[in-house]
Amino acid sequence: MAETPLLRIEGLAKSFGALRATDDLSLDVAEGEIHALIGPNGAGKTTLVNQLSGELAPDAGRIVFDGRDITRIRAHERPHLGLVRSFQITSIFPEFTTLENVALSAQSRTGHSFHFFWPVAGDENLNDIARQTLSSVGLEADAGRPAHALSHGQQRRLELAMALVLKPRLLLLDEPMAGMGPDESAFVVDVLSNLRGTVTMLLIEHDMDAVFALADRITVLVYGRPIASGTPEAIRSDPAVREAYLGDEEAA
Amino acid sequence: MPAAYEKPFLIAGLILLIAFPYIAEALGNAYFTSTVSRILIFAIAAISLDLILGYGGMVSFGHAAYLGVGAYVVAILSFHFYDGSALFGLPGTEFAPIVWPLGVVLSALAALVLGALCLRTSGIYFIMITLAFAQMLFFFFVSLQRYGGDDGLFMFAGRSHMPFIDLDDDTTFYYVCVAFLVGFYVLCRAIVASRFGRVLQGIRQNERRMTMLGYPVYRYKLAAFVIAGAGAGLAGVLLANHTKFVSPDILHWTKSGDILIMVILGGIGTLTGPILGSAAFLLLEEYLPVIFGDLSMDLLKDHWRIVFGPMLILIVLFARRGLYGMLFRRENGDG
Repeated sequence: MAETPLLRIEGLAKSFGALRATDDLSLDVAEGEIHALIGPNGAGKTTLVNQLSGELAPDAGRIVFDGRDITRIRAHERPHLGLVRSFQITSIFPEFTTLENVALSAQSRTGHSFHFFWPVAGDENLNDIARQTLSSVGLEADAGRPAHALSHGQQRRLELAMALVLKPRLLLLDEPMAGMGPDESAFVVDVLSNLRGTVTMLLIEHDMDAVFALADRITVLVYGRPIASGTPEAIRSDPAVREAYLGDEEAA
Repeated sequence: MPAAYEKPFLIAGLILLIAFPYIAEALGNAYFTSTVSRILIFAIAAISLDLILGYGGMVSFGHAAYLGVGAYVVAILSFHFYDGSALFGLPGTEFAPIVWPLGVVLSALAALVLGALCLRTSGIYFIMITLAFAQMLFFFFVSLQRYGGDDGLFMFAGRSHMPFIDLDDDTTFYYVCVAFLVGFYVLCRAIVASRFGRVLQGIRQNERRMTMLGYPVYRYKLAAFVIAGAGAGLAGVLLANHTKFVSPDILHWTKSGDILIMVILGGIGTLTGPILGSAAFLLLEEYLPVIFGDLSMDLLKDHWRIVFGPMLILIVLFARRGLYGMLFRRENGDG
């Protein structure tokens, strides 16, 4: 690819004791693509996301986002650059309503929150943005329910909505379909599909149907380093990948 | 009763507070007004703690420090005013429009400095470090021999002077306390419902997610900590004026514990609860020994805390959200 990638990871390394969770990892994500990251458990996928989001400091290497070195940029500043993550283990505000969860996320995009007096519940601007995003993930009917009362699948979709409302340029999706039933999983694939071209995505997912339905490119991570990267067709037929990861479950 | 009745309940409470000095006088017990003033003052301190504890999830075990700073500002300036001596080249003063805001601002400043350090930690470490810093301030005031050290400092010049208002009149002072409590309560209600308040509550529920939504969590926590410090400072300013005496006891760690218990007893994260908690705590503290005395239960009269302690534990164990939870049902049963 000739143009500069939206995200470039160069020689990233992170060790926990003797365990090399990220091992001299380099990876490019081009603007507009859905780039899936697959690999067996313990391959270091979430560790990579935590470094990209700024929660973990890498031992070595560089992260370049939109031409800017963000390796040392603090975690809370990255969403404002357009780098937004979602969590593998649902991370919401359980006591707030569904609407409040998304409105709080939207609020982050509208400047600082050192406003001490006007009631935020009556801020229809925020609420409208939140409602629109909720309807895009099919949760508009649940806007008034406390988030802890939602089903697992609904909470997963709320998780996604909270990331989407930040209008990310690059969305780091850490297993968005984790624990979902097939119908809900298919629904989320649809939602993400509709964002193709407008939002660049780095998608970590174990659901291979979802990965092959969505991904423009796939990178296979084993022991903290990529062993293969290419189109879904290329990955599907790559013998090293089949041996390391896809194994027998992929008969095609 | 349903939570929707909270507002009428508060208005009824306010009417009762306004009428109270007349009721006390009619009952021939004007001293009681002074007891209620003390309740109102501690209610302000408890509300300020509830703001960071109940809404921000910050368990500060050193909240009495800011109470103490506010109180000592009043007492020390009063000392120099009475003495005629200078403090940092400036004369002392009893003029409330100068002294009171100064007490609040210096408490806020203390909260800014200590909060900036304490908020680098969280969980149990935060509890311990707030306690440690408060104890440092405690020993600092113990060491100020000029201002009475251990023994404390009497305000011989009396309460602060306010234009057009005679604070030395106990009933007038009581109404000033009512006004400040109402003002501070309304302010905190507004804060909790604001954008800032929602961020604060988000931090309590899920700090990590707040960071990942792009919120500089530390800054918001520190801002809340400073507001709470200022609130406790206001309570300290009023407390010094109420008793016309301050001593390091005001910022002893047990006082921080008392304020914490008032919040828990009244109901964490309710703002209304801490008022109830302050009233229940101080009334029990004052009248349990009296009641046991009247019943000729001398052992319990001396050791009334034997009864007080288990009462607190039972309320905390069986009434979620304390006294507030006993009064008001939650509509949607969420936790």
